[in-house]
Amino acid sequence: MKRHITNAFFIILFILLCYAVYEMPIDHTTDAPSYNEVVNHYIEQGLNDTGATNIVAAIMTDYRGFDTLGETIVLFSSIVAAASVLRPSKKKEEVDEHGR
Amino acid sequence: MNFLTFLVENINYLGGIALFLIGLHIVVTHSNLIKRIMGINIMGTGVFLFFVAIGYVKDGIPPIIIGGEPIYINPVPSVLILTGIVVSVSITVYSLALTIRIYQTFGTIDQKEISKLIQEEEYHD
Amino acid sequence: MEDKIVKTMTRMLLPFIQLYGIFIILNGHISPGGGFAGGAMIGTSLILYTIVFGLPKARKKFSHRAAEFMESGGLILYVAIGLIALIFGLPFLTNIEAGFSLGEPGKIFSAGMIPIIMIGIGIKVFSTMVSLFHILIEEEIS
Repeated sequence: MKRHITNAFFIILFILLCYAVYEMPIDHTTDAPSYNEVVNHYIEQGLNDTGATNIVAAIMTDYRGFDTLGETIVLFSSIVAAASVLRPSKKKEEVDEHGR
Repeated sequence: MNFLTFLVENINYLGGIALFLIGLHIVVTHSNLIKRIMGINIMGTGVFLFFVAIGYVKDGIPPIIIGGEPIYINPVPSVLILTGIVVSVSITVYSLALTIRIYQTFGTIDQKEISKLIQEEEYHD
Repeated sequence: MEDKIVKTMTRMLLPFIQLYGIFIILNGHISPGGGFAGGAMIGTSLILYTIVFGLPKARKKFSHRAAEFMESGGLILYVAIGLIALIFGLPFLTNIEAGFSLGEPGKIFSAGMIPIIMIGIGIKVFSTMVSLFHILIEEEIS
């Protein structure tokens, strides 16, 4: 019974969100609001400023190189966190209070 | 025919929403810890797909500069998601390391049994 | 693993996977790819080696000392390239005005400091993937 209610709830949520996508102002042309003057500057001046033909690599390492440095630090700190949790533990000779 | 046109044109957005809801269903329904962590990862993947699909331009080519005057797609969402993918993988790895520790302490990875064991420990102490 | 077919095919395939990964890292500024994708491919090849041949043999190929060296080395390379621009009085991490060569677009030795940063990112991602796998699989040698 609980399973059927959960499945019905998720199907209703999916239909609601599809209706939200239907009402979104989607614009797949160059006049979209997210295609502003920053993107035009990256595309037109990218080759002259950096000399790289791959615009994604030029943005990632030259125009926004500081964010990539922060992400590299996140990779490093994830190793430190995982290694500090999984340190090999010594087998202690304690007996549980129920004698198990 | 309006429904089919809507479905084919915006299939990236619908795919992102579907992945997000599948991940949420996994987290809500199952009680195994590892399945829940994988569900969180799937939810993250759905959000990334939704975000990258914003930058599509009709009849555009990938943003590698060749000669001429073509129309390029928007490269900025792809760049922002590259950092997000790395953060998502890092969180999954840390959660799995904590799950190994939980198994060594409690002997099980079922969430209901762990709650019962924690309640019994507090009750007896 | 005791299977002869899997061991032989892994031994034959491993250099090609790593060569392709290095190719994708070095051509990061010409074609799609870059540091993250290439580093993930080289990391996958060593994870395959660990699964097929067992953990002690893989530890000999990628020891603890090598992991420390590569992990810190990638980050130090990135920061050192950025600090070069500070010597000339320019902001941190500038590309062309700090003296790196521009070159002609389309060759490998062009675009200033971008290939060097891609190599640093690739080494770091590869070392992170293999180290995390060895850490997670440590207690469970059968």
